Amino acid sequence: MEGKKTPLYDTHIKYGGKIVEFGGWLLPVQYSGIIEEHKAVRTKAGLFDVSHMGEIWAEGKGAFAFLQNLVTNDLADMQEGQIRYSPMCYKDGGTVDDLLVYKYSEELYLIVVNAANIEKDWNWMVENAAGFAVALTNKSDETAQLALQGPLAVAILSKLTDAPVSEIQYYHFLPEVMVAGKKTMVSRTGYTGEDGYEIYCAPADAAELWEAIMAAGKEEGILPTGLGCRDTLRFESCLPLYGHELSAEISPLMAGLGRFVKLDKEAFNGLEALKAQKAAGLAKKVMGLEVTGRGIARAGYPVKADGKVIGSVTTGSPAPTLGKNMALALLDAAYAEIGREIAVEVRGKDISAVIVAKPFYKRG
Amino acid sequence: MKIPAELLYSTDHEWVKVENGKAIIGITDFAQDQLGDVVFVEVPEVDTEINAGDGLSTIESVKAVSDVYSPISGKVIEANEELSDAPQLINEDPYGKGWIAVIEIADENELKELLSAEAYEKLLSEEA
Repeated sequence: MEGKKTPLYDTHIKYGGKIVEFGGWLLPVQYSGIIEEHKAVRTKAGLFDVSHMGEIWAEGKGAFAFLQNLVTNDLADMQEGQIRYSPMCYKDGGTVDDLLVYKYSEELYLIVVNAANIEKDWNWMVENAAGFAVALTNKSDETAQLALQGPLAVAILSKLTDAPVSEIQYYHFLPEVMVAGKKTMVSRTGYTGEDGYEIYCAPADAAELWEAIMAAGKEEGILPTGLGCRDTLRFESCLPLYGHELSAEISPLMAGLGRFVKLDKEAFNGLEALKAQKAAGLAKKVMGLEVTGRGIARAGYPVKADGKVIGSVTTGSPAPTLGKNMALALLDAAYAEIGREIAVEVRGKDISAVIVAKPFYKRG
Repeated sequence: MKIPAELLYSTDHEWVKVENGKAIIGITDFAQDQLGDVVFVEVPEVDTEINAGDGLSTIESVKAVSDVYSPISGKVIEANEELSDAPQLINEDPYGKGWIAVIEIADENELKELLSAEAYEKLLSEEA
């Protein structure tokens, strides 16, 4: 198997991680089992290595204007210490990536992007920085990241620091926090649909931080958690995954992310195209499905109604919290209505399914 | 990793238990461990004539779909319908309650192509 190793590679082996290649990285798909890990994050806590994510810094007097033009969400009212999720689009409205923007100051922002897109995003950002007084730096290789997720994450992290991490609001961060004696940045964010933190640190500190968090969370029942349950967790919460629910062909409007696309902003890449999409009515929409027949819908499987193909599955698997087989699918808008009975073709057989509301899971 | 001495094995990680001209077939402990949590099993229909190397069953874990190939030829005379409601039996008891199908052996010579427990263990150590 070929791929880049994160600073926690040896730690994953030690904890029994089953290593797979993902977006050019060697990462654990699971340790004890995807379903057990999934349930730990929903009820207790799980610790993920997300060091593969990309970290790009934008600094300078023009950093805000550069970002405001780059992403579809509006960053104008952001406070220092606040984070905003946003898609980033091409001029034609297709999606380059989805990302998080961390505001350190009026002139300093951190942009966190998907691992598989780091190079593409970097090139796109450099191209779009022309004319703005902004300096971009790609610090992906100098940044490790752990995600501590689950309802007991606050209790666990609070044991390892004097900083008021329990008081960090959702989508906010503390830029300098000593956790287990290591300098970190801590944000109240995640990709699981649960409460939790993402903890950024130097690669050299990652393994010790991992061990400290695992030890601190022992009595809470923390488990090391892999990419497998990261995907089932985000899927139940209907958080999009680039390359599945978002792509160069799937605009954020089609993905149902309209609340992160501020068409009243003065200008940004894709604004005209997205306005036109909205005015004309979307041709396709990402919808949620419950598979009611016997079978599991998988990415790429055709979705049918009235005897014809009306779209395809973007993500499909069992939803462990629901105990049902669910799917997300990009469907012709004419069929995209909740309650409509459709079929998914599974290995040549049509299996019944019904369009349902998103998300499939919402924490109480 | 359990490898019962009395069974025969395929290089695709199926096991075969021969009894009175019949072959009980399942997947090995190694195979179930590689798959992870099994969440769906499609067993063959009884009376299906099957050739060695044909698809016998489809096993789905949370993340992946895997085909199980029949290690021998013959007619399916029994299928483990219990796996429809309890696919996790493949993980919990791969050599027992997790059996997949019973085939009436068409050609005893095909059994010679299968591996002994010892040879299968060697294969696993080479793959690791």
